[in-house]
Amino acid sequence: MYTFSSKLKTLSFILMAVGLLGIGYGFYSSPKDIHEVEILLAAESHGAHGEAEAHGETEAHGEAKSSDEAHMETPTHGGTEAKASAEHEEHLTHVLHELQNKPWAALYVACIFFLLIAMGVLAFYAIQQVAQAGWSPVLFRVMQGITAYLPWGSVLFFILLILCGLHFNHLFIWLDPEVVAHDKLIAQKSGYLNFPFWIVRAAIFLIGWNLYRYYSAKNCLAQDAASDDLYYKKNFKMSAGFLVFFIVTESIMSWDWIMSVDPHWFSTLFGWYVFASFFVSGITMIALVTVYLKSRGFLEYVNTSHIHDLAKFMFGISVFWTYLWFSQFMLIWYANIPEEITYFITRIQLYNLPFFGAVVMNFVFPLLILINTDFKRITWVIVMAGVVILAGHYIDFFNMIMPGTVGDKWFIGVPEIASVLFFLGLFIFTVFTALTKAPLLPKRNPFIEESKHFHY
Amino acid sequence: MNNKVIYAIYNDDDILMDAVKKTRAAHHHIEEVFTPFPVHGLDKAMGLAPSRLAICSFIYGCIGITFATLMMNFIMIQDWPQDIGGKPSFSFIQNMPAFVPIMFEMTVFFAAHLMVLTFYMRSKLWPFKQAENPDVRTTDDHFLMEISINNNEEELVSFFQNTGAVEVKVIEKN
Repeated sequence: MYTFSSKLKTLSFILMAVGLLGIGYGFYSSPKDIHEVEILLAAESHGAHGEAEAHGETEAHGEAKSSDEAHMETPTHGGTEAKASAEHEEHLTHVLHELQNKPWAALYVACIFFLLIAMGVLAFYAIQQVAQAGWSPVLFRVMQGITAYLPWGSVLFFILLILCGLHFNHLFIWLDPEVVAHDKLIAQKSGYLNFPFWIVRAAIFLIGWNLYRYYSAKNCLAQDAASDDLYYKKNFKMSAGFLVFFIVTESIMSWDWIMSVDPHWFSTLFGWYVFASFFVSGITMIALVTVYLKSRGFLEYVNTSHIHDLAKFMFGISVFWTYLWFSQFMLIWYANIPEEITYFITRIQLYNLPFFGAVVMNFVFPLLILINTDFKRITWVIVMAGVVILAGHYIDFFNMIMPGTVGDKWFIGVPEIASVLFFLGLFIFTVFTALTKAPLLPKRNPFIEESKHFHY
Repeated sequence: MNNKVIYAIYNDDDILMDAVKKTRAAHHHIEEVFTPFPVHGLDKAMGLAPSRLAICSFIYGCIGITFATLMMNFIMIQDWPQDIGGKPSFSFIQNMPAFVPIMFEMTVFFAAHLMVLTFYMRSKLWPFKQAENPDVRTTDDHFLMEISINNNEEELVSFFQNTGAVEVKVIEKN
């Protein structure tokens, strides 16, 4: 049995406390009305801030904003005084929404990132069950421990979605009836993008995933005490069913929770792209937790070959993510159709470093580090590559959410870091608490002997 | 000159592995082992150095991507930078996404083919090459270990008869 080290527990509490303080500060320091925004903008333009690219983000708020740029610096030079000041007002409201979105978006990105890491682990776990993998059963309890974050993450995330629906923020502009009324494109999508349908879908997905997690872990424990393989077979069938459910819901989830942040834009391989991103993060998380538990002497039968296999998955799925990233980017770049390309123009102009930095962190770095067989067995290499991959995929989610919600007002500052710290603390606490609840080695799994002696 | 070798022939890979380990423990020099299929762990038991083919392949891949990059940079950007369908040909980086499929394929092509050719050269394999089977049965169901003799013929023959060999032959090589 695993015992939760008190140091790690303290660390998780500190992370949560610091995170909460930072999140609170983020909400406290965001501007309350357009007067504050006016003062902020005045201070900014004195600092010779590049105003020219302030509106690459027009796509998020529709074409209504296209003339803002010209009017924001010299409102008095415009045609009629009244029109200019109205547009100035409109611009200030737009900036206000972006700035008010910042702490919400920071929270949202961190929340969905950790939720989806747990989902990535769950999908990997289900695949291992269905594939009857001979190497991984010694890691099943680690995977079940990590997915124990899922109920917590689901509840928090669902609350966030409801808050979006109750207009506490402007993360999803299609939730704003005012925007929908003036936006033909969004209005025509309102059969799908409407709050009741959207929230019911989210509930179904989260409940479905949590049910699988709950019963799969329960059956795994029941199999330990059983005298036949009935529970193993049950888990096998349930996992196969879950994978079907998962791939459908995952795809819809990516449209609902991520793509609809930019409701004017769509991409067909987006679901796969999001999947690859959190799948590799989940595998990396398995590797990191395994390496940690092994270093504390809790995983007797895990050897370097198991680590090697996880590292191969980290490597392979990293490349797979890049393949999808590039396929999405290159197809849109090549055809350069205006309604699609705005998505990448925003990101390249306003998010240049995070946009391309994510590719370096998620592709170039793992490619060069994890290609070597010997490196894939060295603990510190796995930890280093794992940390970079996780950070890279956080930035990947940052790139997906932020341009549509905060536009050019992005920054990785207190609200963003604090949100990550809070959810990291919660993640550590729930995961390692769950690991103390069950023995770390499944007893009567049909493949456990093979897995104990796995050698590559 | 004395060019005598022993052919110890086995009909089971487990027995062969044991024999190889014993031979190594007794410090007899194994010239060669012939098997009809890859025996897992045989190279380790024989103490062979790990292959460096993967390293070669990585280098070939680097050459491939360099070749592709230089080629397309010259053709598309330097030599005749035409406007083809509005693609920006002012610098390599601007038009790079269009080149990536070729850069990728070139990398794989170089890495794969040059590695295979390296393998053929290092293993001395080519068409019309004289086959080197010491015993035709080694391609079907027998395993053969070849050991050189240094004036210790009787000792070696009895040693290998004790390792479970179905046949021990002393052969004069020239």
